[in-house]
Amino acid sequence: MEPRPLSFYLLAAFFVLFVLFLYGPTLTIGILSFQGPEGGLTFPMRGVSLHWFRDLFQEQAVGDIWGAFRRSLVLGLMVMVTTVVVSVMAGLAFRKRFAGSAVLFYLAITSLVIPSILVSLGVGLIFDQLGLPVHWAGAGFGAQLTWTLPFGLLIMFAVFNRFDKSFEEAARDQGATAWQTIRHVVLPIIAPSLIGVALFGFTLSYDEFARTLLTSGSHNTLPLEIFGMTTNVTTPVIYALGTLTTLFSLLIIGVFLAGVAIMGRMRARAGSDAGKGV
Amino acid sequence: MRINGSLPGWVQAAPLALVMLAFLVAPIVMIGVVSFWQATEFSIIPAFTLENYEFLFASPVTWKVFLATFKYAAITWALTLSIGFTVAYFLAFHVRSQNMQIALFLLCTIPFWTSNIIRMISWIPFLGRNGIANQTLISWGVIDQPLEWLLYSDFSVILAFVHLYTLCMVVPIFNTMMRIDRSLLEAARDAGASGVQTLVNVILPLTKPGIMIGTIFVVTLVMGDFITVRFMSGSQSANVGRLISNDIALLQYPSAAATSIVLLATVLIVIGILLRFVNIRKEL
Repeated sequence: MEPRPLSFYLLAAFFVLFVLFLYGPTLTIGILSFQGPEGGLTFPMRGVSLHWFRDLFQEQAVGDIWGAFRRSLVLGLMVMVTTVVVSVMAGLAFRKRFAGSAVLFYLAITSLVIPSILVSLGVGLIFDQLGLPVHWAGAGFGAQLTWTLPFGLLIMFAVFNRFDKSFEEAARDQGATAWQTIRHVVLPIIAPSLIGVALFGFTLSYDEFARTLLTSGSHNTLPLEIFGMTTNVTTPVIYALGTLTTLFSLLIIGVFLAGVAIMGRMRARAGSDAGKGV
Repeated sequence: MRINGSLPGWVQAAPLALVMLAFLVAPIVMIGVVSFWQATEFSIIPAFTLENYEFLFASPVTWKVFLATFKYAAITWALTLSIGFTVAYFLAFHVRSQNMQIALFLLCTIPFWTSNIIRMISWIPFLGRNGIANQTLISWGVIDQPLEWLLYSDFSVILAFVHLYTLCMVVPIFNTMMRIDRSLLEAARDAGASGVQTLVNVILPLTKPGIMIGTIFVVTLVMGDFITVRFMSGSQSANVGRLISNDIALLQYPSAAATSIVLLATVLIVIGILLRFVNIRKEL
């Protein structure tokens, strides 16, 4: 290998600084969440304790965060499943031209770029004028889908741009029906990407704020609850909560990445040995 | 003939279309309608009026706030693009092993999947009056007094934007760079191009689609934002999103709706222009 040019070291240093910039603040509140009972929102640390984590578990101290967490979790799972199913169907549809495909594509792009507060306001107004109750599992669920579905669709485009159609042709030549082709050929091939779509669906929903703001009704989701805390909580308890939710997000990402890895290994084992001269 | 019973495209696309109609098109139409309604202090009245728009365009605040919104978008765009391009360039062309590339790329994308609000809150212990930045600068003897403009200022707003959204630049630019045929770089070198010349004349033009997609994300996220500006400026600065959310808080829905329509039109015009330079579907 040729020696590294000077530019490599400069760029590497820049990259390290960038990663520090990216993670530094989060790590800082991670440390500060172990602040002693007397300590404040900034350094110095006045002792090390689990005081603020304990505070979180006493509900009256900080509002209904566990209820909010449960709602966000359920909503995230609802959005995740819906996003995967709807995105795959739409992804399949977009492989061919169909009436209105261009319009639908531009609607999805609009859904991605529209200022989130407009979705919140519009959905809120409709439910209000129709006299429907605003609930996180109804209005909030729909509003969040306008955020997750375009991501799911774009991932499906990326997937099908790289999809080798000869697999399907082979299946059809063997007499598979359209459904059998999708069920036994297309879906298994795209499965790892679907884990990616699911990850987007869940985490974008779990962290969503602006589109849920006016559509969650009287019960807050976790990000709304946290934002509410920023205005009236002045103790490190908010850091403790931030640290816990970040850890939870990291756990979710880890689970999904592990899912991709396991699936890859299972496939390598169960894959065909055709052409390997066994 | 569909002997196999394969579903026609529009049936497969129907769920997506339904969600878009119910939660995107209908809300926009509703906002459009309400923007022509009247409001009292407590309720909105479905009676046609142009007052909301007249007031909006006549108010100097509107122009100032729109200008501020463009300012935030432009500065954030320039910073995220320079940082994002540099990081993606390093990952794509200077990291040699593919596993290392994937690992470092994941490292850059993980924060995207964590809460934006928490990431904003994380700046408080850094930038506050007694925060790490001020303490460090004082201990180094650079300043004697804590800097007041670190937190709750335009500086902190833009810092937070860059912190939140640089990833949206890194990912598409990296994606485009990875698809550049490496033999083009060799050809440039064989033809006598220096590293900088290759970067400017070969890599940069070929990376344009990625830059455009990143630009679309960053510009729309910043222009539509209301929460970062409110939180990081300590309610001292305003952008259009905040104008809307303030009206909503005061239950002035028709006024909020009129501002929303103007903001939406602005964003769509900007995106329409950007989309002329890139075919999103082809680039994924």
